[in-house]
Amino acid sequence: MPESSAMKARVTITLKPGVLDPQGRAIQNALGGLGFAGVDGVRQGKVIELDLADGTSEATIAEMATKLLANTVIENYRIEVL
Amino acid sequence: MKSAVVVFPGSNCDRDLAVAIEQITGTAPVMVWHRDTELPDGLDLIALPGGFSYGDYLRSGAMSARSPVMQAVIAAANEGRAVLGVCNGFQVLTEAGLLPGALMRNAGLDFVCRDVALVVDNSQTIFTGRYDAGETIRIPVAHHDGNYVADAETLDRLEGEGRVVLRYAEPVNGSARDIAGIINTAGNVLGLMPHPERLIEPEQGGTDGRRMFAALHAALG
Repeated sequence: MPESSAMKARVTITLKPGVLDPQGRAIQNALGGLGFAGVDGVRQGKVIELDLADGTSEATIAEMATKLLANTVIENYRIEVL
Repeated sequence: MKSAVVVFPGSNCDRDLAVAIEQITGTAPVMVWHRDTELPDGLDLIALPGGFSYGDYLRSGAMSARSPVMQAVIAAANEGRAVLGVCNGFQVLTEAGLLPGALMRNAGLDFVCRDVALVVDNSQTIFTGRYDAGETIRIPVAHHDGNYVADAETLDRLEGEGRVVLRYAEPVNGSARDIAGIINTAGNVLGLMPHPERLIEPEQGGTDGRRMFAALHAALG
């Protein structure tokens, strides 16, 4: 029986405040078009789920985030160990 | 002039770039695959082509910037060798940290594919020495993610140091301060969204792109 990953983590990537998000704006407009009133803003991001070896440190996950998963020039990231 | 064109999976302007370099400098570039860990010896110019490398997965240029060959490209850039990144190549250069800022989805969300007017802001570079400062040239763009973003401090520094080399003369994609191309501090790494390699023969509708390769040939021998 294959060993299942003992650990899961979720990295949520969002655009930094102030970075224009034209896709979020388009989604907001589309929601308005569907009749949903009161949507004051939409920001689109990404969720990346990782299956990891047991004991992977949060520092290692943060390194994954800064080296590849997020572009910290324009994006923030949040790590949750599940 | 000894040059190389890096080919990533999903590059689609690599051959255009190679043809432009060969026609204008007289010497064909070496085509280097992205999995290679070393570049040929004695390169004067390394060119990163346009395209949709890795299908733009994660972010445009993000995967390519971490491919094996890029460690060699970064080392060569730090040695002072000339590096030219066109379109996706520009995105790769920002993702690799060789140029500041990032290229995001066009503000209008549309893929923009047309000739655009560009103003040459800095003609004192090895890439733009055959243009006049302030000259307006016309070169095609073809991109979805060409909206240049950087913080105000970075933008001020780029402008203050003459590192904004090309600007759009008209709104194209929402780029901060109409930036179409920037250069690094040392002056050997240029990234630009427009495609000079697509306009080198009168049959293509103009030759404004030709002078970028002619300038490199003159500067690098």
